[in-house]
Amino acid sequence: MTIFSTLLTSVVQEGHGGGGGDFVPFLPGLVVLLPLLGFVINGFLALRHARRSADAVRAGGELDLGGPGERPATHTLPSLVGPGVMLLAFLVTLVNFVRMLGSELHEPMVVHYWTWIDTGAFHVSAALQLDQLSMVMMMVVTGVGFLIHVFSVGYMKDDPGYPRYFAYLNLFVFFMLVLVMGSSYPLMFVGWEGVGLCSYLLIGYWFSDREKADAGKKAFIVNRIGDFGFLVAMFFLFVTFGTLDFVPVFHDAPDALVYGGGLATAISLFFLLGATGKSAQIPLYVWLPDAMAGPTPVSALIHAATMVTAGVYMVARSSTLFALSPVGSATVAGIGVLTALFAATIALKQNDIKKVLAYSTVSQLGYMFLGVGVGAYAAGVFHLMTHAFFKALLFLGSGAVIHSMHHALHHTHNHADPQDMRNMGGLRKYMPITWTVMWLATLAIAGIWPFAGFFSKDEIIWQTAAFGGAEHAPFPGLYTAYWVIALAAAMLTAFYMTRLMVMTFHGSNRTGSAEEKHLHEAPAVMWVPLAVLAVLSTFGGWINVPEAIRESFLGGFGVLPMTEWLHHWLEPVTATAHHIQETNLGELSHYAPFGGGEVAWAVISTVMALVIVVAASRVLVRGEVKPAAEDAEPTGFGKVLYNKWYVDELYDRTVVQPLLRLSRFCWKWIDAFLIDGAVNAAGLVARGMGWAGSLFQTGNLNTYAFFFSLAALVILGVVVF
Amino acid sequence: MITEALILSAILFVVGTFGVLVRRNAIIMFLCIELQLNAVNLAFVALSRLVGIDGQVFVFFVMTVAAAEAAVGLAIIISIFRHYESVDVNNFNLLKW
Repeated sequence: MTIFSTLLTSVVQEGHGGGGGDFVPFLPGLVVLLPLLGFVINGFLALRHARRSADAVRAGGELDLGGPGERPATHTLPSLVGPGVMLLAFLVTLVNFVRMLGSELHEPMVVHYWTWIDTGAFHVSAALQLDQLSMVMMMVVTGVGFLIHVFSVGYMKDDPGYPRYFAYLNLFVFFMLVLVMGSSYPLMFVGWEGVGLCSYLLIGYWFSDREKADAGKKAFIVNRIGDFGFLVAMFFLFVTFGTLDFVPVFHDAPDALVYGGGLATAISLFFLLGATGKSAQIPLYVWLPDAMAGPTPVSALIHAATMVTAGVYMVARSSTLFALSPVGSATVAGIGVLTALFAATIALKQNDIKKVLAYSTVSQLGYMFLGVGVGAYAAGVFHLMTHAFFKALLFLGSGAVIHSMHHALHHTHNHADPQDMRNMGGLRKYMPITWTVMWLATLAIAGIWPFAGFFSKDEIIWQTAAFGGAEHAPFPGLYTAYWVIALAAAMLTAFYMTRLMVMTFHGSNRTGSAEEKHLHEAPAVMWVPLAVLAVLSTFGGWINVPEAIRESFLGGFGVLPMTEWLHHWLEPVTATAHHIQETNLGELSHYAPFGGGEVAWAVISTVMALVIVVAASRVLVRGEVKPAAEDAEPTGFGKVLYNKWYVDELYDRTVVQPLLRLSRFCWKWIDAFLIDGAVNAAGLVARGMGWAGSLFQTGNLNTYAFFFSLAALVILGVVVF
Repeated sequence: MITEALILSAILFVVGTFGVLVRRNAIIMFLCIELQLNAVNLAFVALSRLVGIDGQVFVFFVMTVAAAEAAVGLAIIISIFRHYESVDVNNFNLLKW
């Protein structure tokens, strides 16, 4: 409580006292250190628990954790420490945010701590960068992160690895904050790799299940491919600029790189490769659906709200570099929009509730890439933020459903899949709160006015149209195609989300009559975070209502507050990129490719989404869904979608198997035959020579004496003559 | 004088070497080694006429080492004799591959 009051006083004193003055950061290092502290404490508890259970197993038994009220400290403290450090980190971030609001900050504030690398021409300092962009990310990471930590307390409470879970989760937040707050590419890369590690650890959290451990490995290995791109881009940057700090690089970039030049394109494309790995875009998206093997709150935090948006953050952060390369930007947008459509088609036919959400995440990340690819960096970050709200809500909601299903099936020893939507149905009656909040999130993701997703997604789609219609737009036809695909994917989004809701919550119950009695609403520790996220998913979009929409009836004729607030807020970060764009592309269009302005198309898309949601729910609720065990295999095109376009199989044939064959060749022939053979041959030769030499050792004294004398004579001869 | 002394020294050394190489009796071989050492001593003493006192000093060293060597060598021969009841070096060929 004392910490809390200190924080409050410091806000009041300096936040208000500033009033347009300089931004004074408030202990930014603490934001990073608090989750690390949580990791250390929870990690210690996890080790303690591991030692105890190992002792118990050695003694021939199994460690009994006791009932809910009698858990040992290793399983009660994390409930306090895990969410606690997150709350404190969020409060410290909030103080900084309020201070930044009350001050003028045009240049990023870099807080230097110590020199990390200092060799010759290469200097990297451990420094945190506080600016408008990192502040938005910090708020999302600590805020949504805190809610998910609280949810986890309820979701994971019966798991024996409870302290280990929170240790990993805290460590993840630490690395995520390093990623968004680092003031240079190497520091960002530290966070980038760190979150990858934590993702691996948490996907394979139930590592005794081979399939889950493999999913973790897949995520890690696929990400390595992307990391290669990130590294190469960093090398290019270093050769060009001699530094990797954000501030000097972005300051020099417009002069050092030619607009549309090969170097700018190479840098942006390699960065894009890195981003496709981390943010699950074509062609490296395959790991994300498998990553659903981890606990559901992990899917919400890492594989929906924060880590997978790192690629979007990175592109937005490097906006100056991407703006300098129209080809690079067009590729970013193209990959984004294709991923958005492609993943949405797969989501249509998935039956696992988390798989639908996973493909939905891939699809929504595609929208973010489209946004940052058409120079609408603020719109991309805006969608990142609203997506963090509604997708975290959807995942946590699905977690509440799975939790309830798991309990019901567990009670009756039923081995049906608790995540398969065909086994659900009619859950609305048992889980009214979850049902309500998930519908709110569904409306948000479907892009229906006035929920958060409407403003962010529509902004991206509109910006695509506006960018493609700019005076000197590169590849104008291409952007028209992007725009059409983006609209189509939005319609698919509305459909598959409605299907998810209907299959889960509506229709008749398919869990079985014995199981039905054990279905229950989530406890308060789980539904309260859901409710908070529901509020954010509903109203979160109002911070960035576009000017045109605000004046129309969609903006309530100016009733919705904060017109383009986020856009203006991010202005200092994106200013250089926008300047480059304006100089080279000229005025953006005010009309969509087939006529119609921003408001008209916003109305069209929201009405279409609404029609799809209503029609789909009407039609689907009447269709009979059979439980998973009795359901027939899909046929025709549905089968292709059900099997995810056979991309995993394609990768297996074209990449994985050839790689395995190459590895086997290297192992059997290069290593075992050539290298080992050479080593063994060297040994054999030495042995043979030793054997030949040993023949002189007759053991006969006279022979020795004879050779000795002979050698003495020879040496004498050489010396004398 | 020096020439004759060196020739005598060489003859003694060759006789000693020959003895070491052809004889099989360890005691005889040992005596031949002594002969070689003394041949060298003779050469030292003779040459000290030319180059000064150093050669004579070396002779003392050689004699000291020869005495130590005789003590150790004879002890080894005695212990070998106790084991084999023979001093024929053809019997001692255990130290080989």
